[in-house]
Amino acid sequence: MEIVGQLQKQYVDFINSLFREGYLDDQYVQLQKLQDDSNPEFVVEVVSIFFEDSEKLLNDLASSIQQQVVDFKKVDGYVHQFKGSSSSVGAQRVKNACVAFRNFCEEKNLDGCSRFLNLVKQEFYLVKNKLETLLRLEQQILQAGGTVPLIE
Amino acid sequence: MGMTTADSQFHVLAVDDSLIDRKLIERLLKTSSYQVTTVDSGSKALEFLGLNENDRNTPNETSVSPEIHQEVEVNLVITDYCMPGMTGYDLLKKIKESSSLKNIPVVIMSSENIPSRISRCMEEGAEEFFLKPVRLSDVNKLKPHLMRTKCCKNIQNQENQENNQSPEIQLQTAQSNNNNKRKAVDEGISPDRTRPRYNGFTLVSN
Repeated sequence: MEIVGQLQKQYVDFINSLFREGYLDDQYVQLQKLQDDSNPEFVVEVVSIFFEDSEKLLNDLASSIQQQVVDFKKVDGYVHQFKGSSSSVGAQRVKNACVAFRNFCEEKNLDGCSRFLNLVKQEFYLVKNKLETLLRLEQQILQAGGTVPLIE
Repeated sequence: MGMTTADSQFHVLAVDDSLIDRKLIERLLKTSSYQVTTVDSGSKALEFLGLNENDRNTPNETSVSPEIHQEVEVNLVITDYCMPGMTGYDLLKKIKESSSLKNIPVVIMSSENIPSRISRCMEEGAEEFFLKPVRLSDVNKLKPHLMRTKCCKNIQNQENQENNQSPEIQLQTAQSNNNNKRKAVDEGISPDRTRPRYNGFTLVSN
């Protein structure tokens, strides 16, 4: 019993820090609210799709920026997608980086695009790491027989 | 399409090229007890609705293409705006221009808050415009639009049964409907939403 309490506290502290530091925003809470006994894996499913999608987008972005003649509309298209998906899972810092990235696409600024691709990549891997830790904590709580606290 | 009772579930068709967003909207809709079908493009949506996207709609309202007979009834279409190929706006237009589909309420979703985009969609007949990410509070706004179409169908069914009662009034309605027919189509949103359509029309052609 004690272990559940400890895990729950760890979880609450951790997720609160993620909100505080802007890694996650309220949309993540919305996702959690949509999860229930009939759909106990909803968040994991959505987050997994996000991870997969993002890896692909990052690859597409990298190759589109490396072209001899860069098609900025195409690059912008990818960033727009990335912005959408990160926004849908609540990955706030990734989303914000995408918003800034789009400005460079509009300006056809290759250097800016390059820099921001790196930034978006960085932010993505950061939040991926955080989310994996978070979901692992959830699993541990459930396995120990507890329930995952919902933060509002 | 048989008579729909008040108890039967509403069926929503959700259109979005993003897998994550399809998952999200599906969950949101199912949480609200709607039956959901998701597709990833406007053309697939039209296919599902039973409309060949290459069909030209004839100006004569009474002729209906046999292909338009829907297998599955759709009570509302919710679509993303930004999609490759056919945009949500294009899809909205096609639906509103179709004699068989124009009564289906359409809702647009978009990640971008662009006032001109929003008004364009509303002018074309969209019921609502949701900013993404879509939330439960948005989905709750769909109910009245769905209820209205059910209500319309029920009234239409009742009128069908009572069509012997006041032929003169029916005739007048039919004639005014006749004149306004093309206008109503062009406007997208018909002003007589709650009044039955085509009823008096079929009476007159007797």
